[in-house]
Amino acid sequence: MSSDLAIEAQGLGKRYVLGERGRTPLRRNREEIWALRDATFRVERGRAVGVVGHNGAGKTTLLKILSRITVPTTGEARIRGSVGSLLEVGTGFHPELSGRDNVYLNGAMLGMRRREIKAKFDEIVAFAEVERFIDTPVKRYSSGMYVRLAFAVAAHLEPDILIVDEVLAVGDASFQRKCLGKMGEVSSEGRTVLFVSHNMAAIRSLTSKALWLDHGRIAADGTTADVVSEYLASTIDQEVSGVVDLSENASRQTVGKFTAQRVRFTSVSLLDADDRPVLAFGEETPLRVDMRFDVRTPVRFLELYVRVKTIDGQRLFTSFGGQLESTVEPGRYRTLCEIPENPLRPGRYAIELVARAADPEDIVPTALTFAVEAGHLEEENLRYVTRADGVIRVPSSWSALEPDDAPTGTLGDAARRVPARGS
Amino acid sequence: MSAAATTEKQQTLVIRPPSGFSGIGLGDLWRFRELLLFLTWRDIKVRYKQTLLGAAWAVLQPFLTMIVFTVVINHIGRVHTPIPYPLFALSTLALWYYFSNGVNLTSASLVGSAPLITKVYFPRVSVVLSPILAGLVDFCLAFLLVAGAMAYYGFGPPLQALLVPLFVVLAGFMALGLGLVLSALNVSYRDIRYAVPFVLQLWLWATPVAYPGSAVPARFQLLYKLNPMTGVVEGYRWALLGSGHVHALNLGVSIGTALVLLVGGALYFARAERAFADVI
Repeated sequence: MSSDLAIEAQGLGKRYVLGERGRTPLRRNREEIWALRDATFRVERGRAVGVVGHNGAGKTTLLKILSRITVPTTGEARIRGSVGSLLEVGTGFHPELSGRDNVYLNGAMLGMRRREIKAKFDEIVAFAEVERFIDTPVKRYSSGMYVRLAFAVAAHLEPDILIVDEVLAVGDASFQRKCLGKMGEVSSEGRTVLFVSHNMAAIRSLTSKALWLDHGRIAADGTTADVVSEYLASTIDQEVSGVVDLSENASRQTVGKFTAQRVRFTSVSLLDADDRPVLAFGEETPLRVDMRFDVRTPVRFLELYVRVKTIDGQRLFTSFGGQLESTVEPGRYRTLCEIPENPLRPGRYAIELVARAADPEDIVPTALTFAVEAGHLEEENLRYVTRADGVIRVPSSWSALEPDDAPTGTLGDAARRVPARGS
Repeated sequence: MSAAATTEKQQTLVIRPPSGFSGIGLGDLWRFRELLLFLTWRDIKVRYKQTLLGAAWAVLQPFLTMIVFTVVINHIGRVHTPIPYPLFALSTLALWYYFSNGVNLTSASLVGSAPLITKVYFPRVSVVLSPILAGLVDFCLAFLLVAGAMAYYGFGPPLQALLVPLFVVLAGFMALGLGLVLSALNVSYRDIRYAVPFVLQLWLWATPVAYPGSAVPARFQLLYKLNPMTGVVEGYRWALLGSGHVHALNLGVSIGTALVLLVGGALYFARAERAFADVI
């Protein structure tokens, strides 16, 4: 067994018995569920590994077993080095105690020594930006301050192996960036990190390897880039034909009781110039979204939106179809949204469909994903302007260089416009 | 973290399904000793936060009970004690409250710490131990009141008063042993939460706290002697005030029960502990 492994798991499994305990002391007719099944994997020392998967796929169960909160039903895990786990920020925070007291209490709970906390105390408080309130009970803190202080304590843990569950989804955007920075530091310091998140951008930027858990089993184990794209591809039930059936779309949101009641999307496809469904197309091709929907009861003021996003969920732009003044009678409908100038640079994208009539009727966050392939415009461009520079291409033109002897803001008559290509 | 520190910590932890007896985790408890101190200190600090009277509550509880007892038992019930009744009742009430608050708080401790138990690993027994340790502070405050009453009635402590801490520790062990069993049971069966305060109330009357052992009728003597708190309370009173006797049988029952509860409680707890995070 190599000592370069920080975590070695062999056939780990966890079975839960459903049903309310206490009501039926006799164990019969109990339904069993395997939250984790036969998980075998290795994590090398100093490696940051992401764990992805749907809700209920067993990610948290895995972390709980590795951090000894719960015991496995089968299998074995060997862990070399001290473990610090962060399944929640602010575990053990007591509202009546001051920020100072809570830093010590929470630190001790996460396995820090008093000496260690004392040495890092000022750093923790500065990171959390709560210097002025450190002797105030935390129940008087704003939720932002509370979360910042809680994360700051955790961020200063220095175990050999750090286990982190979805805890970065807290605080405001600027603090989230700060946390991500801190996490990046941790993984670059050569510490082993196991990181669960639904934020694919964070997984991609922080980890080099990833595990994908699906229904309690490891569905993929490899480089982050491969595993994440495999996982994302699986999240959409896409048919080969290019026409996506939306009647059972898993990403559909149920916002309140209004969604998916009177209007419901049934299918969506991207069409090429000859009205054939496609899943990938070149950059110059117009974007044509063909959507079909059912109207169940008459609807007035129907609004339809097509939203284009990156595969990580970043919204790029939204096309609004206008508000329909007249009542739409029950029946099946289709409409085509056409974007003649496709501004997307090569890469994978997702389409979100939204139907509203004062209140949301139906929202399908990931109705379909598609690829934009590099055409001659981009092939040239990509050498200079990478995807990291931006994913949207806007038409632009640059004038030829000329000596700067004219007053600022006025270009000489001789300025010839040279058409530029993309970006 | 230096490379040296990293290699020093290269212990391999093996996680596998529990099978049979796997120790009661005293090693882990020692490793997390600072957490135990922090939890105890939290319990002390938080207990009387945002109360008007603060720590005076620790003194008021036995004091007011003593007044009620003096009126009801001494004056109306005409129970006579060899020493002034208020002192007689107050001294043992201080100890009784240490014991009964300890049992009450420990049996609710695990469920009260559910958010911790499901989110972080630490020796679960720390949350059971900390109320017993924190309770000592309350006991000491109440004991100051007892010392004041002794001075008021002109009672100098006898030589055996040096043994008082032993009886306090015995009461603490008894509460801890019960707490281990009850807190673990409470995780699965919340009935415990309702039963404990009620049983403790009955237990107070079955124990010679408000009356001397000599007042117990002959037909109840066996039951009285089998009560494991009898030896603790009588022994404590004998040590502190030199009143009454310590019966070897009573004391034996107390020490024996405390040991059985502690060891049995620890074993049961260690077994039940594995499922806490899943069941709580």
